[in-house]
Amino acid sequence: MTLELDQIIWFILLGILFTGYAILDGFDLGVGILHVFVKEDQERRLLLNSIGPIWDGNEVWLITGGGAMFAAFPYVYATLFSGFYLIFMALLAALIFRAVSIEFRSKLESPHWRALWDWSFALASLLATILLGIFVGNLAIGLPLNRKGDYVGGLLHLVGPYPLLVSITTVALFTMHGAIYLSLRTAGPLQAKVRRWIGPAITVFIISAVTTAMVTLVYHPRLTSAFRHNPGLFVFPVLLMLAIANVPREISRGKDLRAFISSCLSIVFLLVVLSIGLFPDLVYAPNHPQWSLSIFNSSSTFYTLNVMLIAALIGMPLVLTYTIYIYWVFRDKVRLGSHSY
Amino acid sequence: MNALFLSRLQFGLTICFHYIFPPLSIGLGLMMVIMEGLYLKTKLPIYEQMSRFWTSVFALTFGLGVATGIVMEFEFGTNWANYSRFVGDVFGGPLAAEGIFAFFLESGFLAILLFGHGKVGKKFHFFATVMVFLGSAFSAVWITIANSWMQTPAGYKLIYKHGKPIAAHVTNLLAVLLNPSSIDRLVHTLIGALLSGAFLVLSVGAYYILRRRHLDFAMRSIKIALVVAIAASMLQLVSGDANARMIARYQPAKLAAFEGHFRADAPSGMSIAGWVNARAQKVYGLRIPGMLSWLLYWNTQHPVIGLDKFKPSDRPPVNPVFQSYHLMVGIGMALIGLAAAGGFFWWRGTLFNQRWLLWLFVFSALGPLVANEAGWFSAEVGRQPWIVYGVLKTSQGISPHLPASQVLISILMFSFIYLLLGILFVFLLNRKIQAGPIPLPATGAPGEHVSVQPNVRMDA
Ligand code: HDD
Ligand code: HEM
Ligand code: HEM
Repeated sequence: MTLELDQIIWFILLGILFTGYAILDGFDLGVGILHVFVKEDQERRLLLNSIGPIWDGNEVWLITGGGAMFAAFPYVYATLFSGFYLIFMALLAALIFRAVSIEFRSKLESPHWRALWDWSFALASLLATILLGIFVGNLAIGLPLNRKGDYVGGLLHLVGPYPLLVSITTVALFTMHGAIYLSLRTAGPLQAKVRRWIGPAITVFIISAVTTAMVTLVYHPRLTSAFRHNPGLFVFPVLLMLAIANVPREISRGKDLRAFISSCLSIVFLLVVLSIGLFPDLVYAPNHPQWSLSIFNSSSTFYTLNVMLIAALIGMPLVLTYTIYIYWVFRDKVRLGSHSY
Repeated sequence: MNALFLSRLQFGLTICFHYIFPPLSIGLGLMMVIMEGLYLKTKLPIYEQMSRFWTSVFALTFGLGVATGIVMEFEFGTNWANYSRFVGDVFGGPLAAEGIFAFFLESGFLAILLFGHGKVGKKFHFFATVMVFLGSAFSAVWITIANSWMQTPAGYKLIYKHGKPIAAHVTNLLAVLLNPSSIDRLVHTLIGALLSGAFLVLSVGAYYILRRRHLDFAMRSIKIALVVAIAASMLQLVSGDANARMIARYQPAKLAAFEGHFRADAPSGMSIAGWVNARAQKVYGLRIPGMLSWLLYWNTQHPVIGLDKFKPSDRPPVNPVFQSYHLMVGIGMALIGLAAAGGFFWWRGTLFNQRWLLWLFVFSALGPLVANEAGWFSAEVGRQPWIVYGVLKTSQGISPHLPASQVLISILMFSFIYLLLGILFVFLLNRKIQAGPIPLPATGAPGEHVSVQPNVRMDA
C-alpha cells in the first residue's frame, strides 16, 4: 500500500458513493418531478408510496458521500461547498422541502393541503435535480481558484451555459429513470399512463446528451484528453452509448426491468466517463491549472485514508446487504395499505 | 454584521433546531423497543397498539431530524472551509463513519419498521425496531465523539507551514476517538435523549388520563415511561457531575464561565441562580459558599481556577453561558423531583389520582428539550473563542471568501423554513395526540391486521 494507491482507491470509492446516489436518488427525484403529472389523489399516493420506504436510505448515499469527501479530501470538500455557497443552500432547501412534503402530505385529508405539498414535492425535486446538474457541470469544466484553493469566480460564473446544459441533461435523465422505475412498480391504467412518459423523456435525454457531448468535444478538450492519450479507454463512452441506446429498445419490447438496468448502467458509465476525464483532478482550476485540487495534493494523510478504508471495507458490505434486502422486501407493485403515506 | 458573526449565528440556529428532533427520536426509539418487546412477550394487543402509536410519532420526529440533519453535514464546508481544511484529517472520519454505520442502518430498518407489517414476521419486525433505535443511538455516538474532539483534542499532531499551524493530523486514532471528554459527554448526551423520549410519553399519557381518554393505554405508557424517567434522571445527575469535574480539568475557562467564577479563591462558592455582570466581575444571586470546591474536589478548601487566569480575549461570554448552564441544572433537578414524585405515588397506588402531578407531567415534556438545548449551548458557547479548544480560533475557521450578504440570505432562508417546519411539527404532533391510538380490533384477538381506519390516523 502506498499513499498514491490509497488516493486512487478513495477517488474510486467516492465515485462509487456518488454513482450510488445518482442511481438511487435519481429515480426518487424523477418520480418527484413526475408527481404532478397524475391528477388523482389515489394515483399520487401510489407514486409517493413507490418510493416511500426507500427514499431516505437513498439520500444517505449523498450524506455519506459528503462525509467521505470531508474525510478523504478535506480541501476539496472545503473548496466545493464554500464555493457553491448559495447554490448549495438552495439545494439544501430543496432537499428539506422534498423530505417534509413526503412526510406531511397525507397527514390531512384536505385537498388544498395535499395540493400544496404535491407541488412542493414536485418543484423541490425539480430544483434539486437542476442544482445537482449545475454542480456536476461546473465540476466538469473546473472552477477558477486562488493559490490557497478558494473559489474566486463569484455566483454568476456558476450558472454558465455549459452547467445549464448539463443541468437539462440531468433533468431529462432522472425523469426517464424515474418513469421507468414507476413502470416497474405500478400496474394497470396507472402503469399505462406512466409508460407514456418514458418515450418523450428518452428523446429529450438523448438530444441533450448528444449536444453536451459535442459541446464538450469542441469547447472543453481537457475532459477528452485522457481518451486521446489512451484509446483503450474509449470502451467506456462506447458502453455508455450502448447502454443509452438499449433503453428505448427494451421499453419497446416491454422489458421494463432490463430497461431500468440499462438506465442504471447509463448513469454508471456517464460518471465513469466524467471521472476519467477529470482524473487526477477533483477541482480543476482553468485559470491556473497548477492550482487545481487533485487527489494527490488535497487528500488526508496515509494513516487516515487507510483507517477509513478499513471502515469502508467493514461497513459497505453491511450496507449493501441490507439495502438489497430492503429492495427485495419492497419489490412488489405498490398498493395502498394502512401504513402508506 | 460580518460573515463570521453571521456564520456563527447560522450554525447555532441550524444545529439548535436539528437538536430538537434527534433526542426525541432516540428516546422514543427506546420506548418503542420496550413496548414491542412487551408485546412479543405477553401477546397483549394493547402493547402492539402502544408501539404503533409511538412509532407514528417517531416517524414524525425522525422525518424532521433527517430534513434538518442534512444541512449540518455540509455546513462545515460551506461556512467553515478553513476549519474543514485544518481538521479534515481528524474530523471527517467520524462524520463519514456516522453515514456508514448509523444513517444507513437507521434509514434501512426504518423502512421495515414503518412499512413492513405483514411483509416480515413479528420477530423480524422487532429486530428492525431494535436496529432503528441502535442506529439513532450510533449517530449520537459518532457525532458526539467528533464534537468532543473539538472540545478536548487528543491523538493528533500539528503541521506547520512558515511557522504557522495549518492542519491537525491524526497520530493515534484511538486517542482521537477516546479523547478525554468523549465518554463523559456521550453518556450524558444519550441519557439526555432517553429523558426526552420518556417525558414525552409521560406527558401524553398524563394528558389522556386527565381527559379520561384511552385509559388503559395511558396508564401502561406512564408506567413504562416512569421507570425510564426515574432511572435516567438520577443517572443524569451523576453523569452531569462527572462532566463538571472533567471540564474543570480540561476546559477550566469554560467551567469558570459556567459558575461566573472570576478569581481563584478558596473555598469557591457555587451559585444556585444569579446574574453575572462581567464588567464588574460580579455575580448577584444565591450562593452556597465552598460548594464548588467541594463538588469538584471533595474539599471545600481546594481553589478553583478563575477567569482571571485567561486573557480577556480568551474568555467565553460569561453571562449567557452561566444562565444556560444553570437552566440545565435547574431543569435536571426538577426532572428528578418529578420522576421521584411519580414513583412515590405509584408505590402508594394513588398516582392516577394526583391531578396536580399529572398536570406537571403534561408540561414536563418541554423540560428535557430545553435542558438539552441549554446544555449544548453552554458547551459550545463556553468553548469560545476556540473552535478547536486551544488549537484553532473560531475566527480562523471561517470560509475566507464568503460574502456576508450570501450568509444573510441563507440565514433568512433557514429562519423562514424552520419557522414553518416548527409550526407544522407542533400542529401535526398535536393532531396525532388528539386523534389518539388506533382502536383495537373489536374481537380483541391479537391480530396482525387492524380494520381500515380513516387515513389521518393510519398513516405513518
Ligand atoms: C435532559 C437533558 C439534560 C439534563 C437534565 C442535564 N444535562 Fe448536562 N448537558 C446536556 C443535557 C442535560 C447535554 C445537552 O446533553 C450536554 C451538552 C453537551 C453534552 O455533552 O451534554 C450537557 C452538558 C453538560 C456539561 C458540559 C459538558 C461540556 O461542556 O462538554 C455539564 C458540566 C453538565 N451538562 C452538567 C449537568 C449537571 C450537573 C446536571 C444536573 C442535573 C445536568 N447536566 C443535567
Ligand atoms: C455534536 C455535534 C456538534 C458539532 C460537531 C458542533 C460543531 C460546531 C461548530 C463547528 C461551530 C461553529 C464554530 C463556533 O462558533 O465555535 C459550533 C457552534 C455552535 N454550536 Fe455546535 N456543534 C455540535 C452540536 C451542537 C448542538 C447540539 C448545539 C445546540 C443545541 C450546538 C450549539 C452551537 C451554538 C449555539 C454555536 C455557536 C457558538 C458561538 O459561535 O458562540 N452545537 N458548533
Ligand atoms: C453538527 C453536527 C451534526 C451533523 C453534521 C448531523 C448530521 C445529520 C444528518 C445528515 C442527518 C440525516 C440522516 C438521514 O438522512 O438519515 C441527521 C439525523 C440525525 N442526527 Fe444529526 N447531525 C449533527 C448533530 C447531531 C447531534 C448532536 C445528534 C445527537 C446527539 C444527532 C443525532 C442524529 C440522529 C439520531 C439523526 C436521525 C434522525 C432523527 O433521529 O431525528 N445529530 N444528522
